[in-house]
Amino acid sequence: MTKILVLIELTTEGLLANTSKSLLIVAQSIGEPVAVVATSAALSNQVVSELGALGAGYVHVYAGESVLTELVSPCVSALDSALETHADAVVVLASNSIDSREAVARFAVRHNTGLLTDVVAVAKEDDVIVATHSVFGGIFTVRAQARTSMTVLTLRQGAIEGSVESRTPEVSTVAALASPTSAVIEEVIERASGPVGPDLATSRVVVAGGRGLGDQERFALVADLASALDGAVGASRAAVDAGFAPQSAQVGQTGTTVSPELYVALGISGAIQHRAGMQMSQTVVAINTDPSAPIFDVADFGVVGDVFKVVPQLLHALAKRQG
Amino acid sequence: MKIVVLVKQVPDTWGQRALDLQTGRIDRVLGENVVDEINERALEVGLIQQDTMEAEVIVLTMGPGSASDAIKKSLAMGADSAIHINDDLLVGADYMRTAQTIAAALKSVPFDLLIAGDKSTDGGGGVIPAMVSEILGIPHLTHLDSVTIEASKVSGERSNNNGSVRAHATLPAVISVTERSAEPRYPTFRGIMKAKKKPVISENLSSISLDSVSPVSDNETTAVLTVEARAERIGGIKIIDEGDAGNKIAEFLALNRLI
Repeated sequence: MTKILVLIELTTEGLLANTSKSLLIVAQSIGEPVAVVATSAALSNQVVSELGALGAGYVHVYAGESVLTELVSPCVSALDSALETHADAVVVLASNSIDSREAVARFAVRHNTGLLTDVVAVAKEDDVIVATHSVFGGIFTVRAQARTSMTVLTLRQGAIEGSVESRTPEVSTVAALASPTSAVIEEVIERASGPVGPDLATSRVVVAGGRGLGDQERFALVADLASALDGAVGASRAAVDAGFAPQSAQVGQTGTTVSPELYVALGISGAIQHRAGMQMSQTVVAINTDPSAPIFDVADFGVVGDVFKVVPQLLHALAKRQG
Repeated sequence: MKIVVLVKQVPDTWGQRALDLQTGRIDRVLGENVVDEINERALEVGLIQQDTMEAEVIVLTMGPGSASDAIKKSLAMGADSAIHINDDLLVGADYMRTAQTIAAALKSVPFDLLIAGDKSTDGGGGVIPAMVSEILGIPHLTHLDSVTIEASKVSGERSNNNGSVRAHATLPAVISVTERSAEPRYPTFRGIMKAKKKPVISENLSSISLDSVSPVSDNETTAVLTVEARAERIGGIKIIDEGDAGNKIAEFLALNRLI
């Protein structure tokens, strides 16, 4: 079966990043995944068995001190060495995160292969790897292919459902070499945990609240749902003017324009100025007590109801699903 | 120090944006075309050097004739000169062709630092700076929230998945900057008047510097197969809460792979 090189990301603690599962699900749908991991220390047995459980039949480890100090270059070299070991690989798949995207873009240059970024779906059609892109906030859907013998893809971050077949991976290890032309990492600054959520403009999920939330204290419901969906908090101008949320949270013509995969509008009527800032969203869910609120005109799923009844039930349902 | 700033003309995000349904390319006729805002920030990072140390700032753009407006604005902001790569044979260039063309043009401009925006607002690929660095065999230090430029090195803070890293690269290098990097200045009246006298070099595939670049052909590394437009957004399902709407939203989200 066709081998797929999958660039796996590790957390700073050396654990599998949460992007791994989606990547391996997609890789298995088109071929046989080879997990490629650049790591400063030896890869733990736990990570190897987790990769196996997610369906990786092979794990290629590129290990050495330089992985800690060189920016992106070790991941490019890891893919190079994986291709030497698995010369029959025809696809490289990586997360569309900043680091992985740049690594595979450089790999594509080295091997002169077609590069398709930020794809939302990958399929094998008559032996051709076809990537689907969602453009301008989902208004356009573009299908594209590489015309080279290899295809390099980055996958948009987000949950992808699919099955995995557990394997016992065959592990190959290569010692990392220094790259003379790499930028040098001086210090890793961990993201402060706490209220700092995803960036409003780029988050794949935005939960926004309007005047319907009533007051600043009850506006916290917006943050509760945002946190459950791993999204950013937004607000309508009315909610900002009423002091429920800071100006930086404002979505709309005079605030931030967002185009997330999911936009949830809570107690927002949907004035045209607000819609201008969010109508590029891929999927819109709205909850409002007023059945004639214009937000329902752009909502894929609208609920006429009280946010204080509907959202707590939704939070409960989400918690149950996430187990 | 010689600094080259990559500038791209894009459709204004405030207007209507569309793709040509035949080719999958950006429709540049529909809305207003502007300098991508992130490039103005990239230019500002270069202009700050020009203000504080001996630095020459050159803008480089690849695009159709209309991109001359982007050049005019960059020169009015304070860039010293511009290079405009404009050739119909490059229409529809993919990442690889674009990176190869920019890298080829740069070979005749011995620069110390190349500054780009981290990601355009139209294509949004965010890969060209790293690809150009790979072709040129020099370091890339991209997605910088803050930048410090010294005589022989550049350093800054880069945000990534796990937080951020402080890193540096020796010059020559390629950097790209985020919207946190700098607030672009407005062109002054004097700047606009001076811009008219600044040199703009036009390059096309018959120019010596680009003679290694092939025209766009059926041999691109990638090809668009189909383009579909979604119908204008209309309201979808609307239900009245009967005590189970929260569960129904969760089902809808799961069905659409949003959780």
